[in-house]
Amino acid sequence: MKPQPFRAVSGGAIDRTRTLGFSFDGRRYEGHPGDTLASALIANGIRLVGRSFKYHRPRGILTDGVEEPNALVQLARGDRTEPNTRATQIPLTDGLVAASQNSFPSLTHDLGAAAGLFAGLLPAGFYYKTFMWPEAGWRAYEYLIRRAAGLGRAPRLPDPDHYEHRHAHVDVLVVGGGPAGLAAADAASRAGARVLLVDQDLEFGGRLLAEPARIDGRPAREWVAATVAALAARPATVLLRRATAFGHYDQNLIGIVEQVDDPAGRAPRQRLWKLRARHIVLATGAIERPLGFPDNDRPGVMLASAAQAYVNRFAALPGRRAVVFTNNDGAYAAARDLKRAGIEIAAIVDVRARPDDAVSRITGDAEVSCLGGRAIARVSGRRAVQGVELMQLAGSGARLRGASAHIDCDLVLMSGGWTPSVHLYSQARGKLDYDRRLGTFVPADREHPARSAGACAGRFALADALADGGAAGAAAARAAGFGDGSVPPTPPVEADGEAVPHPLWLMPAPPGRRAKRFVDFQNDVTADDVALAVREGYRSIEHVKRYTTLGMGTDQGKTSNLNGIAAAAAALDRPPGAVGTTTFRTPYTPVTLGAVAGHHVGPALDPLRVTPMDGWHAQAGAKFVNAALWRRAQLYRRAGESELDAVNREALAVRNAAGLVDVSTLGKIDIQGRDAAELLDRVYVNGWRTLAVGRSRYGVMLREDGFVLDDGTTSRLDEQRYFMTTTTANAGRILMHLEHLAQIVWPALDVKLTAVTDHWAALALAGPRARSVLEALRPDFPVDDAGLPYMAWREGRLAGLPARVFRISFSGERAYEIYTPADFGRALWQAAIEAGRPHGLEPYGTEAMGVLRIEKGHFVPGPEADGRTTLDDLGLGRLMSKSKDCIGKAAAQRPALVAPGRKQLVGLLATDPAASIPVGAQLVLDPARPPPNPMVGHVASLCYSPTLERWIALALVRAGRDRIGERLTATAPLLGRRTEVTIVPPVFVDPEGTRVRG
Amino acid sequence: MLLISCPWCGAREETEFAYGGDATLKRPDPARADDAQWYGYVYLRANPKGPHDELWYHAAGCRRWLRVTRDTASHAILDTAPVDTSRGKPDSP
Repeated sequence: MKPQPFRAVSGGAIDRTRTLGFSFDGRRYEGHPGDTLASALIANGIRLVGRSFKYHRPRGILTDGVEEPNALVQLARGDRTEPNTRATQIPLTDGLVAASQNSFPSLTHDLGAAAGLFAGLLPAGFYYKTFMWPEAGWRAYEYLIRRAAGLGRAPRLPDPDHYEHRHAHVDVLVVGGGPAGLAAADAASRAGARVLLVDQDLEFGGRLLAEPARIDGRPAREWVAATVAALAARPATVLLRRATAFGHYDQNLIGIVEQVDDPAGRAPRQRLWKLRARHIVLATGAIERPLGFPDNDRPGVMLASAAQAYVNRFAALPGRRAVVFTNNDGAYAAARDLKRAGIEIAAIVDVRARPDDAVSRITGDAEVSCLGGRAIARVSGRRAVQGVELMQLAGSGARLRGASAHIDCDLVLMSGGWTPSVHLYSQARGKLDYDRRLGTFVPADREHPARSAGACAGRFALADALADGGAAGAAAARAAGFGDGSVPPTPPVEADGEAVPHPLWLMPAPPGRRAKRFVDFQNDVTADDVALAVREGYRSIEHVKRYTTLGMGTDQGKTSNLNGIAAAAAALDRPPGAVGTTTFRTPYTPVTLGAVAGHHVGPALDPLRVTPMDGWHAQAGAKFVNAALWRRAQLYRRAGESELDAVNREALAVRNAAGLVDVSTLGKIDIQGRDAAELLDRVYVNGWRTLAVGRSRYGVMLREDGFVLDDGTTSRLDEQRYFMTTTTANAGRILMHLEHLAQIVWPALDVKLTAVTDHWAALALAGPRARSVLEALRPDFPVDDAGLPYMAWREGRLAGLPARVFRISFSGERAYEIYTPADFGRALWQAAIEAGRPHGLEPYGTEAMGVLRIEKGHFVPGPEADGRTTLDDLGLGRLMSKSKDCIGKAAAQRPALVAPGRKQLVGLLATDPAASIPVGAQLVLDPARPPPNPMVGHVASLCYSPTLERWIALALVRAGRDRIGERLTATAPLLGRRTEVTIVPPVFVDPEGTRVRG
Repeated sequence: MLLISCPWCGAREETEFAYGGDATLKRPDPARADDAQWYGYVYLRANPKGPHDELWYHAAGCRRWLRVTRDTASHAILDTAPVDTSRGKPDSP
């Protein structure tokens, strides 16, 4: 390890008594607590930190904060690696490992930099223009281009950390912990409001950490510490640092992502706050604006404010000899501070013709050479700045002239004034005005939709920011019902004044030489790219942005948008205010997917519903399947069986002996009231008035547009009480549908609905020996065919447990659906399994249940009732009552829904009994016909039928019921499979329906 | 995410609710309605900018349908009221 050659011997807010070791690109360095990774790299003299996105140009650290476009590093290794992190925001920790991105084989010798040689082939919108011929080549080019372009690498290993979500409500949220934000939080919390103050930096203070101001007669840092301590002592105030308010959503919902520091590693790595704020004060500050001049992206070109922060806050020296290039007074203060820290100021170059006064006024040092009316025409040095060439500005900054003068330097500071951070204000739909004096966009309304205070409102002077913040905090608290809005007195300050830029940001190119003047550093967009887009006809700034990729990097154009707008405005010959801004979108800074997911990962991704018999299924070795949030037993495989073997065995047990399936997932609705039968009559296609107490009936519901919605059985429990079942998938939807009808469409009906899905366990006992099994369960009520006929139900005790037994069948066999209160479900299931063993009873899963229903031609919502099928399409037209209305009946009579030639439900057999039918197949008459080949239908459900010992399918085929016996080809081009099939009626097993009664 | 004040349960997050569309639609009288009326009821929806009366169902709460007046441009919720008050009115939540 080497000493830190660019660390000032004194000053700064770092702890020199402790040393932290870290590595960058495999080399070891040292820094101190209080450093960011960026400041530690600077203190170690590292100037080259990355390669640019498109041209692979060498890049250095440009800024000291969230806006950093260049210094994006791959942090950590292995399962904790994180790409594209901003070195300027990473607190230095002992053992930190970071690596540069987008370079191969190394940062200093990057092969991708050859892209720079072909820059002429990569103009704005190049991916729309070049590499487009031959057409087939694009795939290969695209692969190479995408590999060459790009940032860090996503981790490939599971994330070992966890992330959490926190929901909170506050009266006043203050975003930004600089002077305005601290004053706002202080005023609001003094008034008694619950306040949350959030700041993205390692510590509170904002620009006060970087500028040598005095507040209330003491150094600003001391004022910050005292204010933070006072806030922390107030019970209803929460202070979050290293937390970014990244998005404003509807009704003042604010997304905040907080970096949690926990050396023990037990706390979440990040915490996502979903914060509801009654009122918001935005004190989000401002970002210094770069200047556009040739090769302004070379490592060693830095924002003046950033250099000032590095020397004042971190005692890190970004160079030895600096040229300062500015269009405003602000950079003079930076020059003064750098000189004080021992950096030689070779010259201050000012675009303004007569800035002489600023030199002595701000720097207090007439010896600093100040060159007015000039601009940088060239930067020499590739991997590090070696010097600049200056030329005279002429024609109000339209061109350069005269001889060029060379100045040696290893650091160039640039300053173009300040850009208010209006992101959250704009996300909240606040409108912006162009402020000609400040040359930037500012909030048009400083009170709505959030209160903007300080620099983000265009109030750059420290005294203004403090006064603004106090007033906004007091007003927000008052609006939330706290205090009388009176503003605490603003303390006296001594600070540098506000920086008002001269309106020249994009310097002219030197005559006779092409040079890149970067506007967007992260996406490699130059002023000429923007001008080209305008020449090619793009007028809207939103289109210019997308065509050039201006502002579309991970930094979202924080340093580039204004200069891009200025370049477009110049090319369009319109004022920037008329060009406008692009839309500010969330998130302000990238948010990791881990934080978004929170604890909703793995098994906690979705709620999991299990039936009362779930534990039995698990013990029996069931394979589970998730269906509509339920975990269901799919099949029970025995040793030596394939899955298909198991399904065949289970289905055959039902056909030949008995089977037991868990159907607790069916939707169940208890319907009561004088008008319960009337409601059923209105929602089902068939009639319900004649259904007697003790009987059950099958019904189908339509949607109001006439298509089939759902089916199920409903039983009459009592004069005014019914028990409805729905399909598993539609349980919630049907309840909502019925509640809509009962509460809104027919509020006069006396009917009440109660969801009882989870109150009841349900098991279906099916097969020719089902009655024997039922009898073995010692019912205390008659279960013979006279006592419990088909489509009837009885209540009593089974195996000593309370039960309702409905004689209804989904499998086509004699069957009983047995309902028992959920807590008895497993006991009754266990009893039925044991009672059934002598009768050959097998438990069966959803897969065998599906086989049985396909063999019987029963439709289910989804595959067959797919939202485009009518009752008649499913062969159930006769169910429709002629004597009453129901939901969907009017629409079901529309001409298109009753026209001939509609797709109808039919069965399919593979013509070759040994052949299978491909999944998802389309049905065609002649597979050899060249496309477009008209499709006459499609396969909806298919299975191997162990009863028929061949593959069968249910299909929807045009006029299918008239085509029984016809041959079609089932073709699945994506699988590369086709099979000849024969159309048959949809009921494969027991078409006469004798077995349910037999 | 919207915060919807259920008149029965209080302010709750949008994720507890299901959207039910235009609250002003009236189901045609099946005895008298013609095709055009059914067409309008089933398919035609206005897409107003500004205040919109719409139905929301408190699916993960009281299962009551609510009439919510929402500004479709700003997403501000201007009013919420029970649709069916035939079985009583909410206490103040």
